[in-house]
Amino acid sequence: MKRETIINLVLAALLLAVPFIAQAMGQTFTITLATRIAILALAATGLNIALGLGGLVSFGHAAFFGVGGYVAGILSAHAFSGEPMVLGFEGTRQMLIVWLVAITAAGLLGLLIGVISLRTSGVYFIMITLAFAQMVYYFAISWPAYGGEDGLSIAVRNQFPGVNSMRPLNFFLICYGVLIVGLVLSALIKASRFGAALQAVRQNEVRVASIGISPMPIRLTAFVISAMLTAVAGALFADLNRFVSPSMLSWHMSGELIVLIILGGTGRLMGPVAGAALYVILEYLLGGLTERWQFFLGLILLGTVLFARGGVIGLLAGKVRHG
Amino acid sequence: MTFALAIEQLLNGVQLGVMLFLMAAGLTLIFGVMGLINLAHGSLYMVGAFACASVAAWTGSFWLGVIASLAAAAAAGAIIEITVIRRLYDRDHLDQVLATFALILIFSEGTRWLFGSFPLYLDIPAALQGAMELPGGAQYPVYRLAIIVTGALVALGLYLLISKTRLGMRIRAGESDREMIAALGVDIRTLYTLVFALGAALAGLAGAMVGALQSVQVGMGEPVLILAFVVIIIGGIGSIKGALIGALLVGVVDTMGRFLLPQVFALVVPPAQAGLIGGSLASMLIYILMAIILAVKPRGLFPAQA
Repeated sequence: MKRETIINLVLAALLLAVPFIAQAMGQTFTITLATRIAILALAATGLNIALGLGGLVSFGHAAFFGVGGYVAGILSAHAFSGEPMVLGFEGTRQMLIVWLVAITAAGLLGLLIGVISLRTSGVYFIMITLAFAQMVYYFAISWPAYGGEDGLSIAVRNQFPGVNSMRPLNFFLICYGVLIVGLVLSALIKASRFGAALQAVRQNEVRVASIGISPMPIRLTAFVISAMLTAVAGALFADLNRFVSPSMLSWHMSGELIVLIILGGTGRLMGPVAGAALYVILEYLLGGLTERWQFFLGLILLGTVLFARGGVIGLLAGKVRHG
Repeated sequence: MTFALAIEQLLNGVQLGVMLFLMAAGLTLIFGVMGLINLAHGSLYMVGAFACASVAAWTGSFWLGVIASLAAAAAAGAIIEITVIRRLYDRDHLDQVLATFALILIFSEGTRWLFGSFPLYLDIPAALQGAMELPGGAQYPVYRLAIIVTGALVALGLYLLISKTRLGMRIRAGESDREMIAALGVDIRTLYTLVFALGAALAGLAGAMVGALQSVQVGMGEPVLILAFVVIIIGGIGSIKGALIGALLVGVVDTMGRFLLPQVFALVVPPAQAGLIGGSLASMLIYILMAIILAVKPRGLFPAQA
């Protein structure tokens, strides 16, 4: 087995084991931290399909993360109040339906943003995705029906068939399960013909075009899939906090998602998981030591970008081997 | 809607545009010459505002504050260029985004560390207080007019600097072929530091001037930074002329949208809803404008030759 594969399996096993140990020791807070890691890792895995495989540096994925969150919040608010939504649809408290709606909504938004943004490339693409995410952010703030600037609380966590999702360990297992599905999906995409074409487009667009593959549809598909996966993470994040607010849509969130990928290691399957774990643990440890933890986070991030390009997985598993 | 009110709003739009131009000019210059995307530009704006507010509070003179803001922002710019930014010129845009994102975290927390979480306040200097009568009978604050005039002077100064001076010639040469001007014996590293410090000083000036209109606080640079991005995308990245026109367009469209849209909707729907729909739409208007312009011209209105 390759060293990276072993590290990947160990990481996945560790993330699964920690909440069980915490449960046995009665440390519920640790379970919440592990759940946060799983959810952020899922969001970053989604972004990694566009960023890692496709080389599309989207600085606006918070839009999809937040849309997922708002879908969860709005559907559950309507289920509680009993009021029908626009077009007469009822709200729901079933996670599976929430995810489906989140995927659809983010897919449509991703299609719209993608069609316009992908006409450009490089630094234009970065700024345009950022600007579109800001547009969604300002819309959420100025539209008062769902809390506006104050956000929207979810009174009781949405339900999963046959599981009491209010118990922390159960909810962690749901998130972990979705994360594994996301990772497998991402690995399947990478190994598929589509994935090969997507990576080829990243490496040399002109050559790909010259052998008769049009880059635009490939990039757009990757962007939309990426948006959908991130939206599911957003719905879970809203359920975890039982609260959704415009801060999920803010550009800091988009930045954080990119940071997770880079901390973990760009272009690695488990990079987002390692990155999310490191980020959440750092946030917790530094946050316990000093109120100014973001200052040190900035220094660590700067150091990673300047001197340790491979991230955590790169340090542990060595350089990417081609072939 | 009176004519006087419309004129006042239009001037507010121009004033916002001028302020955005000061930010966007630095961003676009840095991108044009060094090919660097600098998210920390908003932090330099914040540095300028804090320097101005504290020096003004200390000495009692707004003007010393403005000088301090220019110096502090330029110095901060030069320092981060030499320590961090210099290593990023050969990296891809993703690394630049991340490293400058890290700089934002460092600057924001660092400022909060030094100045605390409470906002500082900056008074408008005595000479610029009061209002002026405009043709049509409206009253308009002198200070806002002074910002517009300052912006126009800076735009003129930048034009002269870039098209008439030796430094400007080198900047233009650096934009078109950096290896060649290095081979001709121009010290390209110093040139880059100078350009970066110049851009930083402009951002600092914008921060100082706006500091007297709003409160000076951590995070004040970020909304402006994103608007400045929209400006340079619309104008065409690397083009100062594009930055000027884009900035005025964004400033006026944003301000007039917030002013006019609720009134337009009020003609069709009840007033309460009109305010809601109009307000929400107005907050998205410049992004819609950007999307439309990009759909027609993907490289902006005045694409720089690169």
